[in-house]
Amino acid sequence: MKFMLMMHAPKAGWTDAGIGSWPMDDIKAHIGFMKQFSQDLSASGVLVGAEGLAGPEEARVVRAQGNGSPAVTDGPFAEAKEFLAGYWIVDVESPEQAYEIAGRASAAPGKGGVPLNMPIEVRQVMSAPPVEA
Amino acid sequence: MTDSVAFPWEDLLRDLAPQVLGAVVRRYGDFAAAEDAVQEALVAATLQWPKDGLPDNPRGWLIHVALRRMSDHHRAELARKRREFIVVSMVPEPPRLDPPSLGAFTSCDGEASPADLASQDDTLVLLFMCCHPALTSPSAIALTLRAVGGLTTTEIARAYLVPEATMAQRISRAKQKIKTSGVPFELPDTAERNQRLGAVLHVLYLIFNEGYASSGGATLQRRDLAVEAIRLTRAVHALLPNEAEVAGLLALMLLTDARRHARTGPQGELIPLDEQDRSLWNRDEIAVGTALVSAALSRGAAGPYQLQAAIAALHDEAPTAADTDWPQILALYGVLKRMADNPVVALNDAIATAMVHGPSAGLELLNALDADERIAGHYRLDAVRGHLLEKLGDRTSAVRHYLVAAGKTASVPERDYLTLKAARLGDAR
Repeated sequence: MKFMLMMHAPKAGWTDAGIGSWPMDDIKAHIGFMKQFSQDLSASGVLVGAEGLAGPEEARVVRAQGNGSPAVTDGPFAEAKEFLAGYWIVDVESPEQAYEIAGRASAAPGKGGVPLNMPIEVRQVMSAPPVEA
Repeated sequence: MTDSVAFPWEDLLRDLAPQVLGAVVRRYGDFAAAEDAVQEALVAATLQWPKDGLPDNPRGWLIHVALRRMSDHHRAELARKRREFIVVSMVPEPPRLDPPSLGAFTSCDGEASPADLASQDDTLVLLFMCCHPALTSPSAIALTLRAVGGLTTTEIARAYLVPEATMAQRISRAKQKIKTSGVPFELPDTAERNQRLGAVLHVLYLIFNEGYASSGGATLQRRDLAVEAIRLTRAVHALLPNEAEVAGLLALMLLTDARRHARTGPQGELIPLDEQDRSLWNRDEIAVGTALVSAALSRGAAGPYQLQAAIAALHDEAPTAADTDWPQILALYGVLKRMADNPVVALNDAIATAMVHGPSAGLELLNALDADERIAGHYRLDAVRGHLLEKLGDRTSAVRHYLVAAGKTASVPERDYLTLKAARLGDAR
């Protein structure tokens, strides 16, 4: 079964208190962790795909208005407190295995090497209907 | 780029691919079908040669197999038309139909003599065709890599990090476009030639850049794009040794590629030119690139690729970053700027200006670029501004611009690099 693991980052203070404000060695440790994490998933054969998303500054929300010219506004949604920073799709045997992987991602090191414990949303990816017996 | 590491004739096969395709297109005129047939022949070679050994005449072998595939397809097509014809004839008062032309199909049933088909190198003709201005850049790139480079759709898709079906669609649309635009299988006439050669070189440049600039994602496969671009440009240079811009582009690629081992750190992080370990630079590539561009420049009026190669050579020849001949580089950017109105050149010109006349002079040039909508708001403008502000000693503003640039770039290594630049200044504050 496939799961999408979505990494959310807090929107408030992203520019001022985000990763750019950490000491350099902490950033290096964080980047190193993320690289190693992806390599491990890949090596264990569970990684289907993963992408990091560019910063929210450039994000736009598009909504059709029924008149042929959709409205384009700055995104993410104004009311959202977090934004999607990236995702992994893993193919695993059980939901528990997906939770375990998400838990490792959540504990990525942050400022001062302290685990970020950021929220990772785990969602099952829809698949074909089960084969009839 | 194939998975079969054990196949020892990869280079030979890829060199022969465009020659074989040229021969088949000459015979049948149907580029799209011929291209498919040649791909099948290449696959057949990777399966059969390791078992049977290299044929005496590999090119003839490939042409022979491709022609047979063509004739199989034609036979299937003929059968289909026959069935339609029979169905139609059962309808009372059948409309007049021209019977399918048997001649075109029967002629290829006999054993073809590859020798008479293989006399000409059509690599250049194919390149002009695949890089036709009627195609968009992504289409031209994909088609060039397949038809001229002999790569499979799977390999190209992997290199560009898109699903195989997407790449297959792109290639098929490109072929369709060539068909509907009536692009002929011949070299453009002299009037068109220079402009069309420019399009060919641009596509090769884009392939190189994709392979060189991206250290993210599947690093290894994308690195192969740079190798492939150099291989194809080398082939064009061998066919057109007197074209100074071809030599210039090849030199530019070699002089840039020479720095690849020094360009990223152990974590894949980007290392800027002035901080690179120059002992890791490839001296052989630098020597060949420098000789190429010197010879090309000595022939007279220099084009943009030669000028960029000359700038790359000046960087490569400096024993340390401090020894870089910035006044000479600035002069070359001045010539480039007058030649083409290009905001990226203007950006580099601002950096060179800062190196020669100080950061304030560079920043002034950047202000002018804010009004250029082609680059205003682009992360590179913010990154360079951050760099020059750092040189000026304005750390707070520099950090701000680095972070803005980091937020805008879509490249992970570049984002990491810019974030670290900001952090380093922040640490020192």
